[in-house]
Amino acid sequence: MTFTALDAWWWPYLFILIGGWLATDFWRFLGVYLGGRISEDSDLLVLVRCIATGLVAAVIANLIVFPTGALATTPLLLRIFAAGAGFLAYLVGGQRVTVGIVVGEAVLGLGMLAMPVL
Amino acid sequence: MNDLESARTVPTEARGRWFLRGVRGALSVPGFILASAFVGFAGLARDAGLTLAQVVFMTGMVWALPAKVVLVGAILAGSSLPAAAFAVALSSVRLAPMVVALTPELRDANTRPWVLYLLSHFVAVTSWVLAMEQLRHVPRSMRTAYYAGLGSTLVVMNMAVVATVFLIAGRLPPLLSAALFFLTPLYFVTSLWGSARERASHLAMIFGLALGPVFHVVTPGFDLLAAGLLAGSGAFASHLLWRRRRGA
Repeated sequence: MTFTALDAWWWPYLFILIGGWLATDFWRFLGVYLGGRISEDSDLLVLVRCIATGLVAAVIANLIVFPTGALATTPLLLRIFAAGAGFLAYLVGGQRVTVGIVVGEAVLGLGMLAMPVL
Repeated sequence: MNDLESARTVPTEARGRWFLRGVRGALSVPGFILASAFVGFAGLARDAGLTLAQVVFMTGMVWALPAKVVLVGAILAGSSLPAAAFAVALSSVRLAPMVVALTPELRDANTRPWVLYLLSHFVAVTSWVLAMEQLRHVPRSMRTAYYAGLGSTLVVMNMAVVATVFLIAGRLPPLLSAALFFLTPLYFVTSLWGSARERASHLAMIFGLALGPVFHVVTPGFDLLAAGLLAGSGAFASHLLWRRRRGA
């Protein structure tokens, strides 16, 4: 049952409701229910946080290495270099997200302008 | 007068005023960065073949950006509904501890549970960070009103951003649309690092960045789960090792 499996107009919305809404608000509601009952420092939560962080990082890496759309026409090395430069600038520039975004985008833009193929 | 009475006699205008202050809190630098990241997301969703209505619906219902990126990724990969739901659920586990941390700050003695369940829907990295910063300056009985203003504004604002970008993205020059698509990974590679609570999470992020593309080639369709599980348990193992060494 993939996103495009059924031709009915409501199927994509049901897919988003179950695959998206239920899968996220379940955790939010559980969080309210548990309230102060769970210790934020328990080892189980550290493990859970680590897996979640690793998973989101894998998503980010795949967006950079295997992009779609206009990004797919740029060289892989340029994307990795631009993302790395943005991340380094973020670390050096006092961990401000804006700094990382501006530097990363500038490197990508300059690289694209420098490539005559594009 | 005890807490219960004082809460009942709070005039509605006061709640309205604090709601508006929450609205103003959303129109800030973090709110602007979030909107830029949604610009990138709208481009991604458009490329994945989703319609305008579907993307706006997804923004309102799912809200958390990493979860939406994973969901669109699953749609792109042709995953089945259970596989997509599982991947999204696994990427959103972090929401539970975030809500656990926020709930005691939000409520007072007579906050009704349904209000907290409703407000928890607005929890995502940006609104959570803003709330944890600002709530201490808000009178306790006004905190739910403040967070309702903050959270709902962020959601509605970004539904509008997504709709606007969706309509114009096809007409942008390649350089600009490439730059827009690049916003999402850049925003997350930095804010994910910033939101990590312990060294192990930083390690998990580095492992995940390295393993994601590898598993994309080795085990397509199962790549996110495999990378997340391996990166997370590896980082957790080193967390246990560090602690043992410190304890010894």
